[in-house]
Amino acid sequence: MKRVDLRGEVCPFTFVKTKVALEDAEPGEILEVIFDHEPAVRDVPRSVEAEGHEVLSVEKIDEDEWKVVIRKRAEE
Amino acid sequence: MEDEQIKRYARQIIMPEIGVRGQRELLESSVLVVGAGGLGSPAIQYLAGAGVGRIGIADGDEVDISNLQRQTIHAGNLGKNKAESARDFVERLNPDVRVDVYPFHLDPENVRDIVRGYDVVLDCTDNFVSRFLLNDACVIEKIPLVHAAVLRFEGEIMTIVPGNSACYRCVFSHAPPPGSVPTCQEAGVVGATVGVLGTLQAIEAIKLILGIGEPLKDRMLHVDLLTMDFTELKLRKNPECPICSGKVKEIIPEKYVESCQL
Repeated sequence: MKRVDLRGEVCPFTFVKTKVALEDAEPGEILEVIFDHEPAVRDVPRSVEAEGHEVLSVEKIDEDEWKVVIRKRAEE
Repeated sequence: MEDEQIKRYARQIIMPEIGVRGQRELLESSVLVVGAGGLGSPAIQYLAGAGVGRIGIADGDEVDISNLQRQTIHAGNLGKNKAESARDFVERLNPDVRVDVYPFHLDPENVRDIVRGYDVVLDCTDNFVSRFLLNDACVIEKIPLVHAAVLRFEGEIMTIVPGNSACYRCVFSHAPPPGSVPTCQEAGVVGATVGVLGTLQAIEAIKLILGIGEPLKDRMLHVDLLTMDFTELKLRKNPECPICSGKVKEIIPEKYVESCQL
């Protein structure tokens, strides 16, 4: 599983960088994305789902720290 | 893609139609803008902002104070060649863009060599001889061309994909007699009008590069900004068109005077 650390990033770059990581990943690959920007935890899952990827989990892992697990869609 | 580029192009990368892949395509693309005047200025501005990797700019004129009402990229560059002035602007806006400057007018001898190698050409010229010359050279070289023209509050724009859609000469076989159609110099033009049309040309170029949406092929959009009427005219390839049909395969220099009839 590829880990993408986006702590310190705010919207819209949380989504943009998630998207860059997804485009660089293989179809079906699973990414673990870490945020410390609370709005991203609500917005990024919705945005990646709108592009056809699957959000496997959203989890609070620390005070002001969240982990979102995303599976890249199978095909372009 | 570098971190700074991800930030610079974030608003485009976010869009499903562009994304990282589309942004890379833009950075690897090239557009030639012929005329860095009223239409060329906004077109250059948005192409450079979007991150088109190479922009060619052709213009033999110098910046005059009467240009600045609509050609805002030339601010502070009175007396400078317009292609070179436009390059200054692009370099300040976006260092990702390489600018190739042609600080002279296109003519029948140089036009094919200049358009060759570009992904898209924008016709931002202000006279019929240049329009026919550019149309014919782009059809012969098979390079997509976006034509636009403006007067007062009105403008027109069409996109030509050689071999696929009607060309400028399919629609207009020859230029009107000299003096029968007023120029912007005589009739005037509002800066915002050229801004609208030049910006539409930039959008068409971006769509052609990315292969998205529906370019204005076999269509001419006529806009009257005084009444806000946007009218689309359906166009058809003319089977008798000397350029499109392949009957004329070379630029014949002596044809590019007055009527431009082939």
